[in-house]
Amino acid sequence: MTEIEFLGWVRGTGFQLATVIFIAGVIIRLVEIVMLGRKANLAEPGGSEMRSGLRTIISRMIPDKSTFQRSSFTIVSGYIFHIGLFICIFLFAPHILVFKDITGLSWPSLPTPVVDAVTVVTIISLGSIMLHRYQNCVLKFLTNTEDILVWIVTLLPLVTGYIAFHRIGSSAPGLIALHILSVEILLVVFPFTKLMHTFTIFLSRWYNGAISGFRGVES
Amino acid sequence: MTDLRNGKDKTLGEILRSQGISRRSFLKFCAATASMMSISPALIPKIAHALENARRPSVIWLSFQECTGCTESLTRAHTTTIESLIFDSISLDYHHTLQAASGHAAEAAREAAMRENDGKYLLVVDGSIPLGNPGYSTIAGISNYDMLMETAKGAAAIIAVGTCATYGGLPHANPNPTGAVSLNEVIKDKPVINVPGCPPIPVVITGVLAHYLTFGSIPDLDHLGRPRAFYGNSIHDRCYRRPYYDKGLFAETFDDEGAKKGWCLYKLGCKGPTTYNACATTKWNDGTSFPIEAGHPCLGCSEPDFWDGGGFYKALSMPTENISKTAVYTATGALAAGVALGTMNQNKKNKAHDSHSKTTVSDLEK
Ligand code: SF4
Ligand code: SF4
Repeated sequence: MTEIEFLGWVRGTGFQLATVIFIAGVIIRLVEIVMLGRKANLAEPGGSEMRSGLRTIISRMIPDKSTFQRSSFTIVSGYIFHIGLFICIFLFAPHILVFKDITGLSWPSLPTPVVDAVTVVTIISLGSIMLHRYQNCVLKFLTNTEDILVWIVTLLPLVTGYIAFHRIGSSAPGLIALHILSVEILLVVFPFTKLMHTFTIFLSRWYNGAISGFRGVES
Repeated sequence: MTDLRNGKDKTLGEILRSQGISRRSFLKFCAATASMMSISPALIPKIAHALENARRPSVIWLSFQECTGCTESLTRAHTTTIESLIFDSISLDYHHTLQAASGHAAEAAREAAMRENDGKYLLVVDGSIPLGNPGYSTIAGISNYDMLMETAKGAAAIIAVGTCATYGGLPHANPNPTGAVSLNEVIKDKPVINVPGCPPIPVVITGVLAHYLTFGSIPDLDHLGRPRAFYGNSIHDRCYRRPYYDKGLFAETFDDEGAKKGWCLYKLGCKGPTTYNACATTKWNDGTSFPIEAGHPCLGCSEPDFWDGGGFYKALSMPTENISKTAVYTATGALAAGVALGTMNQNKKNKAHDSHSKTTVSDLEK
């Protein structure tokens, strides 16, 4: 297989397969979760579930003071790499074209050197998060294989993207193909791992808020 | 004396002089060739000396499944340049488009050239070789494959000119009805110098010839058998529109403001980022311009299978298949499957609930 054939495969068949697994996996899991439902609570409601639920989705974005003091590193680096990922995925011109091709929607992009710099920052913050995990004995104890897998498949598209952009070590078609392949691996792994939090985070935050709302307490 | 010698015995220097090319412009050509091929300037006198004293090498040019565009590219220089004279200075003993003889007389010329220059002649090939059926393409009743193998045997060096000979090209495009293959796929015992492009840049082939005449060896090749000197950089890395790419300024259509301002053509399908060729530096038509300068995205013609790259006007990062359709079908199917599974889960839960009987005091008393 030549580099160009490899690129052709990841842009064609590979992309199709990854899309099918990703979409089917995410939808089936979400529908199953939603359909599980909750037991009817026969107690008298102390407040609105919906309002408290929605508020919690937003309010949990800002950590409370004591939590922040306890785990400031995790929170700051967590924010940095999530925002970094968002910028790299959604604000790089060639990526926007992919979304445009699939959904018809398009939006302005950031200059390439900006995305390049953000990529480096994101890679560094992901690296330091893993280091931190192993330096903290509680976190280390809690770390399992899935955590490592998820970390690797998230990091790979960033690293391969950076390498492809700067053409390090090999020629462009092969490097771009590797980058697309790494994204396809991420898509395939996504529905089966905790990467699902991208979607379930809002459900679970709403749920937490709703429980408190029902009881009439602050969440 | 010199005039009495037949053309084959003349040295290249003599031929150039008889064409009125001054030594000064000849040296300029040598310097340009050296810099183009990343050869140290200290070697320019050596190149000049070697080229001047080179005897006209015998060249056999075989054309298989091709469109003659490559020959056109090489022979239709707008003005007479030293490059084209270098090309004229080889002894083209067989080229069925350019030679006067045809049919069996032409074949006799090829056989004679092979015999007289055994082990010394250069073999240039354009066009792909059909393996599906030998009858798909024949010359004087000889199949392309047989003619290639027979002629390749005694060749000192083999040059595949154009994308068809280097990768199969248009005949090899999906579904490849003739079973077309490139030279590399059938010639395994000798290195093939690949000079891809649809067509290749004329000066690239004269550069390869000049290298061969000077050093008697083949130039440094990349992993696709292309001379690194010409195919070492991607179009994108040498493109004058690159600053616009970096700033995120793109032409969205062929006639919008961006297009008029000369912004990057990435969104219009430019394959410059994955294409290795000398267009952006050497340019076309005696250095006039290259396609991107004319406002058209690079098609990627010097890379394998560029016909099958998902469309010339589809941006490189876009998937080649219709993913929206796949996504909609998958989502619909997944929704149905999700509901079915959810219902099954509910039934299971209900059943468990129903079959659950509470422990009563009498149970405990038993
Ligand atoms: S026009 Fe093509 S080769 Fe030039 S910068 Fe844009 S994408 Fe790269
Ligand atoms: S710009 Fe691209 S497509 Fe055009 S001739 Fe050069 S390599 Fe081929």
